[in-house]
Amino acid sequence: MTGQEEGVLSGRSDFQAIASWIRPDSTVLDLGCGDGLLLKYLEQTRNARGYGIDIADANVLACVKNGVNVIQSDLERGLAGFDAGSFDCVILSQTLQAVRRTEEILLEMLRVGREAIVSFPNFGRWDLRLQIALGRMPISPELPYEWYNTPNVHLFTIADFESFCEEHHIRVIERVALNRGRPVRTFANFFGSLAVYRFEKRH
Amino acid sequence: MEPRSVGAVRAQTLHFFEPLAFRSGTVLDSYDLVYETYGTLNAAKSNAVLACHALNAAHHVAGYYTEAPDNIGWWDNMIGPGKPVDTEKFFVVGVNNVGGCFGSTGPKSVNPKSGKPYGSSFPVVTVEDWVDAQARLADRLGIASFAAVMGGSLGAMQALQWTIGYPDRIRNAIVVAAAPKLSAQNIAFNEVARQAITTDPDFHGGDYYEHGVVPRRGLRLARMIGHITYLSDDAMMEKFGRALRSDSIQFHFDVDFEIESYLRHQGDKFSEYFDANTYLLITRALDYFDPAAAHDNDLSRAFAAARARFLVVSFTSDWRFAPPRAREIVKALLDNRCDVSYAEIDAPHGHDAFLLDDARYHALVRAYFDGIFERL
Repeated sequence: MTGQEEGVLSGRSDFQAIASWIRPDSTVLDLGCGDGLLLKYLEQTRNARGYGIDIADANVLACVKNGVNVIQSDLERGLAGFDAGSFDCVILSQTLQAVRRTEEILLEMLRVGREAIVSFPNFGRWDLRLQIALGRMPISPELPYEWYNTPNVHLFTIADFESFCEEHHIRVIERVALNRGRPVRTFANFFGSLAVYRFEKRH
Repeated sequence: MEPRSVGAVRAQTLHFFEPLAFRSGTVLDSYDLVYETYGTLNAAKSNAVLACHALNAAHHVAGYYTEAPDNIGWWDNMIGPGKPVDTEKFFVVGVNNVGGCFGSTGPKSVNPKSGKPYGSSFPVVTVEDWVDAQARLADRLGIASFAAVMGGSLGAMQALQWTIGYPDRIRNAIVVAAAPKLSAQNIAFNEVARQAITTDPDFHGGDYYEHGVVPRRGLRLARMIGHITYLSDDAMMEKFGRALRSDSIQFHFDVDFEIESYLRHQGDKFSEYFDANTYLLITRALDYFDPAAAHDNDLSRAFAAARARFLVVSFTSDWRFAPPRAREIVKALLDNRCDVSYAEIDAPHGHDAFLLDDARYHALVRAYFDGIFERL
């Protein structure tokens, strides 16, 4: 198995964690929905009513092929077409690191959704730290790109995200760190390859 | 013959005796609808698709006529065997709307009461009236519910109206290059077109038939102004630029530039086959379409009854019905939790893009219809 294929598979490992946090019959908005398979999974397992948002023509087509609702739109321009509190949950799966206007998107998620879920590759995992210590930009199944062709612009660690939430009055409801698909019990920022957070505005 | 064409087709006519009540208050006691069909209606009668025409087209959607092999249907690139709307899977219906000039009862038809063409006495029609008449046609064809109703521009408005007026009789709406209502600028262009026609000395208040003339100059101008709005600035510049007909400018007011020649040609062609009264009626139907008006201008409430799934498509260079207009529709559908997918196709051609070959656009419609077929 190549790093790229492994990345795709481990990329799906957050689906179960996300689905377990979606209440049955919820309305869900999936930002950067890609081929729409997460939405399809949530529709099948949670009877969710979902819409995806994606900018890429190929992803819009893939969603239509997968029978998933998709709205072609640029996330970087915000969620202006969506009313406040109009979704039970807004999801951003493995896309946050590729978004330019990180703060705006996270706050928009909490405007439109009563709750939000993000998953992201943890840049604090030990093997990535090691690669940097050895003087190279890290490559892993979750971050399979070279420095010159990566779509990622904001790489961050679990600790970074936690402090972001603290500073932005975001209350973390649940969190899980996965190491190649399996939950990490201790030292999440050291052993976790992927982190999944469910959060809301602090009241 | 193009291998993936539905081939030679024939128009059919149905006569309707049940009176049709128009929104304007007028009643048409009886009327004809001319239509074409492609493909085969399945035993469950569940695979019917209605293709709604826009301003200047009609029931001839796909294929050609044996007696006129160059007369190819207006959406032939979309509909046919193996095409995005596959006639080996779907039974496609095209109909000339009431008020039209291609065989369905319209202003140039003879009013049985007077023995003369309706002319100025033909009722002002609305999109809602058209859809009512289309529903009558569906009844006669034994189609209780359409698998899909599809259209571009004004045709898209008819698809939208189906979801509002007959929510139980449409399962999917394909809404292309659409707006939920015209803007002031849109109405302004229509008004210029209508003024061109009604101020033509040959118009005779709409009863030109009995004078043996047609307001050709007006119709020609109406088509020229309309045509400008169908193309993007870039597409026009690319196609014509400032190219001249001769080697140099001639210091006169006749044709110098290629674009002038093109527009005149389009206008001339159009004025030979299209009826001026129908042009007035159709532009008015465009102006009046505004499903939100009956709901305090709240488009979301207008779609409260809609049950269909929607595919909404816009084109980036369409300045007549620009993408933000399509997003108004999408927003209203989202508010009602309707199933909707929306694509913004990066195409350079302007409003006319909905009629043209575009790989991304056609792949999307194909994928969407594959899904419809799976759910039949």
